[in-house]
Amino acid sequence: MSAPLAPLPRWADLALIPLINVTLAFLVSGLVVLAIGESPLEATAIMLRGALGFGEGIGFTLYYTTNFIFAGLAVAVAFHAGLFNIGGEGQAMIGGVGAAMAALLLGTMPSIVALPAAILASALFGAAWGAIPGWLQARRGSHVVITTIMFNFIASALLVYLLVDVFRPPGLMEPSSRVFDAGAKLPFMAQAAAWFGLRMPKSPLNLSFIVALVACLFVWLLIYRSRLGYAFRVVGANPVAARYAGISPERMTIYAMAISGALAGMMAINEILGVQHRLIVGFTSGYGFVGIAVALMGRAHPGGIILAALLFGVLYQGGTELAFDKPTITRDMIVVIQGLVILFAGALEFMFRPALSRLLSRNVAESA
Amino acid sequence: MSEKAIQLLSIDKRFGAVHANRAIDLDVKKGTIHGIIGENGAGKSTLMSILYGFYEADSGEIRINGERKRIRSSADAIAAGIGMVHQHFMLVEPMSVVENVMLGAEGGTLTMRGMEKARAEIRRLGADYGLLVDPDAIVGELSVGLQQRVEIIKALFRGAEILILDEPTGVLTPAEAEQLFEVLAELRRQGRTILLITHKLKEIMAITDEVSVMRRGEMVAHRKTAETNPRELAALMVGREIAHPQKGASQAPGAPLLEVENLAVKDARGVMRVSDVSFMVRAGEIVGIAGVSGNGQSELIEAISGMIRRNGGTVTLCGQPVPAEADAAETRNLGLAHVPEDRLRMGLVTSFSAYESAILGHQDRPQFSKGPLIDRDAAIADTEDKMKRFDVRPPDPLLKTANFSGGNQQKIVLAREIETGPDVLIVAQPTRGVDVGAIAFIHRQILDLKAKGKAILLVSVELDEIFALTDRVLVMCGGRVVGERITDETDQNEIGLLMAGMEAAPAIGTPAEMRP
Amino acid sequence: MNLKSALSALTLSLLATSAFAQSKPAVTFDVGGKFDKSFNEAAYHGAEAFKKKTGIAYREFEIQNDAQREQALTRFARDGNDPIIVIGFSNGSALKKVAAEFPKTRFTIIDDVIDLPNVQSIVFKEHEGSYLVGLLAAKASKSGKVGFVGGMDIPLIRKFACGYVQGVKAGNASAEIFQNMTGTTGAAFNDPVKGGELAKAQIGRGADVVYHAAGGTGAGVLRATADAGKLGIGVDSNQNHLHPGKILTSMLKRVDVAVEKALTDANGTAWKAGVTVLGLAEGGVGWADDEHNKALVTADMRAAVDKATADIKSGAVKVHDYMSDQKCPVQ
Repeated sequence: MSAPLAPLPRWADLALIPLINVTLAFLVSGLVVLAIGESPLEATAIMLRGALGFGEGIGFTLYYTTNFIFAGLAVAVAFHAGLFNIGGEGQAMIGGVGAAMAALLLGTMPSIVALPAAILASALFGAAWGAIPGWLQARRGSHVVITTIMFNFIASALLVYLLVDVFRPPGLMEPSSRVFDAGAKLPFMAQAAAWFGLRMPKSPLNLSFIVALVACLFVWLLIYRSRLGYAFRVVGANPVAARYAGISPERMTIYAMAISGALAGMMAINEILGVQHRLIVGFTSGYGFVGIAVALMGRAHPGGIILAALLFGVLYQGGTELAFDKPTITRDMIVVIQGLVILFAGALEFMFRPALSRLLSRNVAESA
Repeated sequence: MSEKAIQLLSIDKRFGAVHANRAIDLDVKKGTIHGIIGENGAGKSTLMSILYGFYEADSGEIRINGERKRIRSSADAIAAGIGMVHQHFMLVEPMSVVENVMLGAEGGTLTMRGMEKARAEIRRLGADYGLLVDPDAIVGELSVGLQQRVEIIKALFRGAEILILDEPTGVLTPAEAEQLFEVLAELRRQGRTILLITHKLKEIMAITDEVSVMRRGEMVAHRKTAETNPRELAALMVGREIAHPQKGASQAPGAPLLEVENLAVKDARGVMRVSDVSFMVRAGEIVGIAGVSGNGQSELIEAISGMIRRNGGTVTLCGQPVPAEADAAETRNLGLAHVPEDRLRMGLVTSFSAYESAILGHQDRPQFSKGPLIDRDAAIADTEDKMKRFDVRPPDPLLKTANFSGGNQQKIVLAREIETGPDVLIVAQPTRGVDVGAIAFIHRQILDLKAKGKAILLVSVELDEIFALTDRVLVMCGGRVVGERITDETDQNEIGLLMAGMEAAPAIGTPAEMRP
Repeated sequence: MNLKSALSALTLSLLATSAFAQSKPAVTFDVGGKFDKSFNEAAYHGAEAFKKKTGIAYREFEIQNDAQREQALTRFARDGNDPIIVIGFSNGSALKKVAAEFPKTRFTIIDDVIDLPNVQSIVFKEHEGSYLVGLLAAKASKSGKVGFVGGMDIPLIRKFACGYVQGVKAGNASAEIFQNMTGTTGAAFNDPVKGGELAKAQIGRGADVVYHAAGGTGAGVLRATADAGKLGIGVDSNQNHLHPGKILTSMLKRVDVAVEKALTDANGTAWKAGVTVLGLAEGGVGWADDEHNKALVTADMRAAVDKATADIKSGAVKVHDYMSDQKCPVQ
């Protein structure tokens, strides 16, 4: 039996709660760092300096952010339709296959042809891989949570098969395709800046960051301004009302999963077209799963997702720098710290809500 | 002078800008049934939540049996001898009655001994107050009326001397409500105090000793029930006299606009919910469907409107046959409007802004579209306009749907469905959970539509409403139409008998498969 | 002449001074992490042995995602670390870029070949070692049926399998061989439960010796064979002690020796760029022969494996390398 809580003011919901959660996550992480005999302040300083303190670090941070934006948007779109897509990894892998196939075929063409085609291919392949579980849910009642996670394994097996037996040039030890021709390489941000006479330090950050921001705008329009997004939200909030309104929850489930899969697939733009310039095994590195935390933290809103993705970008790049400078803080420790942030920001999202709600409503009452 | 069981002294509670309770004073005498009546949003629920420890009052004092108490949680309330029966039951459906009753009062790690004791206590309470229920029955398999009994037993088991019931008859059949009132009378006879929250004047008049009226967060009147009448109470609730619309003389019926023939509907488990239903509604006519909730009315209108598939029969709208696979969007295009029976479950999306709820079902109309996007400005302007004409308060299209009161939510739905100019309107339970002032308004809208020559199918469990509005009435029982009458040539007694399938109402609740 | 000799003397002394300045080594481990009980851990032991002997500390980094490969190498090179030991073929393309950018830094990569003047590439003839354990398996098997459980299905693991099959066929031309790969992702190297299931299935079909090339997954394989009273064969490091008397032998791949040697050579003057292939002849691969499996290896088996070792070293027997043409001549 829980009392209905007075709604929180928007600023508290969007800014204060995430801030409290992140701060708490850092405090607890600090205790962990302290326990292994390192200074938490120094560790925090290294992380922040490493992630935001110099050009290359910022580049790496934004490069990670790009992945997390795509992964977070993918989760968010499905979430608005009441679906929990945890197959971002698999959709990204298949998106990578699509991008790589287009890039290998069209790489000798000018970039203006090859790149849009490869980007489109990544989205289409990811969309297909997301739509299948959507179809299974809509028509066969197989829960997407189960099917999407199983499709991750299928995607992974398919990717390895393709790399080992189809794409790999002979004599190469690593399961990897050949390096794309120039036309299919998405320029690095440093290169792009040079066209305008600007100098930027070298980093994996590439033009896909811009694509990610455009995707945010697209998702915002889709969800909050389009008729399709309206239908998604009705289905997600109240499937009975959807049927009443003449919206088919089944059809929307398939559409939402396809768009979600397309966004996850576009993660490959960053990794495959932007950084590696070839298809490799394991390029998704679990970013698809982090996308769930990003979407949760970002309240499934594109604006929130950008901020949450940036936070995780800082954690990833800062964590790498910490591993370089503090050998005692192993990468497993860094995973623990990242996990704490996910725990506090995602899973324990509602921990402070009741107290805060009480506090704020009291203050408002007094001041009124 | 009997002593006071509850005394509230200038209770005050604010939620942000909303002043939910303003300096409330209330005296409830021991061993009485005390009614609290008021429109939705008048502050009744907030006041009871304060009494039961869900909220703490910003200021003011609570005295129980003359003693000052601080009630900060439901545990405090239980300790003070207060029990509450919520509108929506707080029961664990897969557990047995005895397990539910013991929940939170297990008395030790091992439940065996406590269980035996509880079983005996449930039998004793049953015998003493007429609250008979099998302690080992699974709660989910009991009828709604019996589940409510379990809630009452739960409160008594915890030693409640004061029982708060929040809209207890909202979910009951008339027969079940009758039985509940007998139980309440017995409880009163044995010295317990009962606070009854309701917006049904009939119930207040039937069972309470005293009544307090709330309006807009304030306690506006206290009356002895014997010294007042429904008219006065209604006026006190809304702050003015209410003019009930007259349905006027029946007009000559026009062409049939809605024709249903041999309609059959099975549910997901293959159980026949509607069988062989045929009727027609003509232009300028209101046809009512009466029946105890759960006798196929919901399935009937959902099948007509295309929300669910029919398993046989035909539906014709304005002379055009409705294909069997038509969805709600298609029937809407054929000229049907539908005010659903449960606005929160299907008529609105509570998490949406009002303007988004106000285009539900109409989101694809060119009027609200800008290519693939929704023409937000047009939708907002349209909603604002409808809100003004239907007196929705507050008239703010951007406010979250959940933040409107029930009556205002219903007006949003009604405005949306009526304003599209449909030829046929299906309207189900239009005044459920709606306050007195809004009821009159809603009835007037429906009658206006009839005057414009539209065909209206009204489904209601409130016989008063059926009689106030319809020209003809069909009675449904067990998924069939068991009778048809001209409204002016029958009475509530006859219809009531038909609703019960020509038999006396079932003794205890309705069988599980007939509940909604 | 004089000038020339003077110059060469100068070069020599310059080289000498640079050599005597203590090296600042760094090691990057691959995704499995330095405690993977297998390949990376062997490299870690090699680095630790070097540290113990010389007292020279080394920097390290464990790769978590692909973007970090280049980042870590660049970072170490820029910070002046030298030599940089790169564990795992997945780092090949990153190293190609970074080594070209830092031509003065010396890199050593294990398990891949990078043709650059400042890169030393160390690869192993796993097929030769696998051939020997395959031969032993064939001789030890009573049923004439043996098994192979691989980790992730990649060419490198197929190379192990192919060498093993050739060895088995050399020992018993009519032997039957069951092959299974655990999976297609990196997780296949760390799934002992599935490894155990695969081994049990092979035992169920009659196999009485099972060889694993599956990293952490192998623990399950060896446990299953030991529990069933059959024989297992370990890989990479000597795993004979895990189930004494139940493990026929282990195929040794001396990554630890290679890493320690590279670090030691770079600390002195012996480090050379170019490809080093460590096979039987070089002591880079072999089979584990210790007190735990003494009773299992009969004189007959020992004679056969010694002869095969000598033949491979002399070139009389050529073990086919799967990676050379992506094919295995026998199945």
